[in-house]
Amino acid sequence: MSLAVRPARRPMSLRDRAWRVADALAKPLLPPGTLDLISPLRPGADLAGRVERIRLETPDAATLIIHPGASWAGHTPGQYVRVGVEIDGVRHWRTYSLTSLVDSPDGRIAITVKAIPGGLVSNHLVHEIKPGALIHLDDAAGDFVMTTPRPRKVLFITGGSGITPVMGMLRNHLHELPDVVLVHSAPTARDVIFAGDLAALSATGRIRLVTRHTDSDGMLSFADIPAIVPDWAERETWVCGPGGMLDAAQTFYDAAGLAGALHLERFRPHLIAAGDGGLLSFTTAGRTLDGDGATPILETAEASGMLMPSGCRMGICFKCVLPLTEGAVRDLRTGEITYAAPGDGVAIQTCVSAPAGDCQIAH
Amino acid sequence: MTLVAEPRFDLDDTLPHQAHPQLVQVAAHSSRLSVVGTGERVLHPKPSGRPDPTAHLSAADLEALGRELDALRQQVLDSRGARDAAYIRKTIAAQRYIELGSRAVLLFSLFPPAWILGTAGLTLSKILDNMEIGHNVLHGQWDWMRDPKIHSTTWEWDFVSPAAQWQDTHNVTHHTYTNVLEKDSDLGYGLFRVDPDQPWTLGSLAQPFWSLLNALFFEWGIASYDLQLHSIINGEMPKDEAKRRWEAFRGKIIKKLGKEYVLWPLLSGPSALTTMAANATSSILRNLWANGVILCGHFPYGVDTFAPDSIENETRGQWYVRQMLGSGNISGPWIVHFLSGNLSHQIEHHLFPDLPSNRYYEIAPQVRDICRRYGLHYVTGSYPKQVASAWAKIIVLALPNKEEGRSRASIVAEAAGEAMSARVAKFKARRAAKRAR
Repeated sequence: MSLAVRPARRPMSLRDRAWRVADALAKPLLPPGTLDLISPLRPGADLAGRVERIRLETPDAATLIIHPGASWAGHTPGQYVRVGVEIDGVRHWRTYSLTSLVDSPDGRIAITVKAIPGGLVSNHLVHEIKPGALIHLDDAAGDFVMTTPRPRKVLFITGGSGITPVMGMLRNHLHELPDVVLVHSAPTARDVIFAGDLAALSATGRIRLVTRHTDSDGMLSFADIPAIVPDWAERETWVCGPGGMLDAAQTFYDAAGLAGALHLERFRPHLIAAGDGGLLSFTTAGRTLDGDGATPILETAEASGMLMPSGCRMGICFKCVLPLTEGAVRDLRTGEITYAAPGDGVAIQTCVSAPAGDCQIAH
Repeated sequence: MTLVAEPRFDLDDTLPHQAHPQLVQVAAHSSRLSVVGTGERVLHPKPSGRPDPTAHLSAADLEALGRELDALRQQVLDSRGARDAAYIRKTIAAQRYIELGSRAVLLFSLFPPAWILGTAGLTLSKILDNMEIGHNVLHGQWDWMRDPKIHSTTWEWDFVSPAAQWQDTHNVTHHTYTNVLEKDSDLGYGLFRVDPDQPWTLGSLAQPFWSLLNALFFEWGIASYDLQLHSIINGEMPKDEAKRRWEAFRGKIIKKLGKEYVLWPLLSGPSALTTMAANATSSILRNLWANGVILCGHFPYGVDTFAPDSIENETRGQWYVRQMLGSGNISGPWIVHFLSGNLSHQIEHHLFPDLPSNRYYEIAPQVRDICRRYGLHYVTGSYPKQVASAWAKIIVLALPNKEEGRSRASIVAEAAGEAMSARVAKFKARRAAKRAR
């Protein structure tokens, strides 16, 4: 029963009630944000969290133990959470899997992050962030979760940081799962996140663990699965890893007519290569235009008859600002590229920005 | 069942983080997007025959100057980061705590020392809210932080003019058409004659009085100006837009007056009346200070204005020159810059209205050097000196320009005579019409 692992909402304490009253009073009496300065984690504040501890899992992966604000509504194991961090003064949002117990007695939650070369946010979270830092959170989301009723036999196939949502499920659900096989791939032994926990589970016989070090053993092929897990076809299966692994899993299960037993978590790496021009999609208006790389988005849209917010038309007044929900744009004054990953909603000035690839704009 | 979840972790790891600036040729009609002009310079003397203040610069000069200022802007953009973000957050926190503290002290404002302390604190809080924070956040100076709470599209300030209406008249009209006669209505707010090239009327005689009134109630003056009250009254504005603007304005007034003259006084109990007085006093003190800062920005002697047709096909270089010649700074210690919202660096602000205000001070020496090298004046002076200069102009320009062979007094007398006879004629005509009926 999935409800069993969702913690009951914390009953409202006297302190919570006092904050509610303060919130109601502050609205007409004080400028916005005053109470956030005093208590950013109070009930009624926008969801945030304070990093309490950072536990290094491997040389380039870490678990962040976070004290979430009072508005945190809990999560289901396997879900992820969007995390907003300020780096060089700029807020960046990324999504990471929750790996903690859903009902930990101290109410803390944990995300596990693998730093990838060149990754701005992941490296910051693994190597730079200090305990005490305030981060922004969204509600937990995602449907890569355990099914109800719990399956008798389970197979997890993971690659690299794909182990993280599965670890979230193992920590919370293992007592409900009598038969679990985990096939995990990582480049080398030192890259295995949660190596100690997994080894302990395996040593006590709670799970059957098959670890594959791809640098020496080569990549896992799904053709090998029947040899490694003979009863694979009887198992409800969860796969999380790089795109190639997911595609292979899909093909393999489709061919076997077992797609219904397969659960995938796609971490779809979003490759945005900056080019000149691209398709401009306006999500509210439902229009898609061909945007060239040297004409401001504002002008392209207006030329097609769209009504657009506008002002100075030279990049100084900020009246034309609209959220870029996905894609890349080039500032025609400086050549600088601004990227937006899905969900980011980066505000861009349409009068001085031209598409540098396909763009989605919320307008 | 196959579940395909939303894209999840490590998105960033595939994105290049260092942008590789690569300039593309702008295919825009708006030439202000480029420093490169399309032809030879055309000079635009002003209607009165006064010369174009940029006459000594060649097209090549303008392009070179444009490139230098673009480079200066880039220099700030390249180093913009955590230090700047910490600055605005600290400033906002300071303002919020000062306001909270002052309002708490004013709960006991019946006690005179509490009244004085609370009023002083509230004045400081309003000045910070309006100038270093509000004005600059609403310019988009902090949009780059991607913090939705410190953003030009969401910020609201402790000023009766709704932020969006102020952005229209200020960011769009004033900053685009700075000091262009007939185009920049900030040049006297449609009430005052602040340039010899603006027409004189008999009503101009009263402008020192109106200007004083505007200084005292600046907040309301700016609000009715941003509301475009005159075009609502004379019916120029479409009905639905007028209604929308009026409703936004009314909502803001109810909230603000309700907070200052109903809710806080109610909480103050026996100190209700003194708390109201503290709110009114701090608003007026803030008005006087802010009005002074604004006067210093474009009205003192030495600041140039431009002919209405001078901005046709304007390049970014020309636009930069107009900003430098059309603005005036205030010199002084750190606190003057802080309390003026760094509008003491009006020249730097007008060049780069979207750069964080804490950086104007740093680039000022370089801007001044560029002015010197291109033979452009850099108007600056202390607050009292610049305020006095602006007031002198308002008083002098209450009178008509001198004309050859006529004294100012005779022009005024003639205008007064004409007005009088027009009134008499109107009166007679009305009486005649009455009789005819």
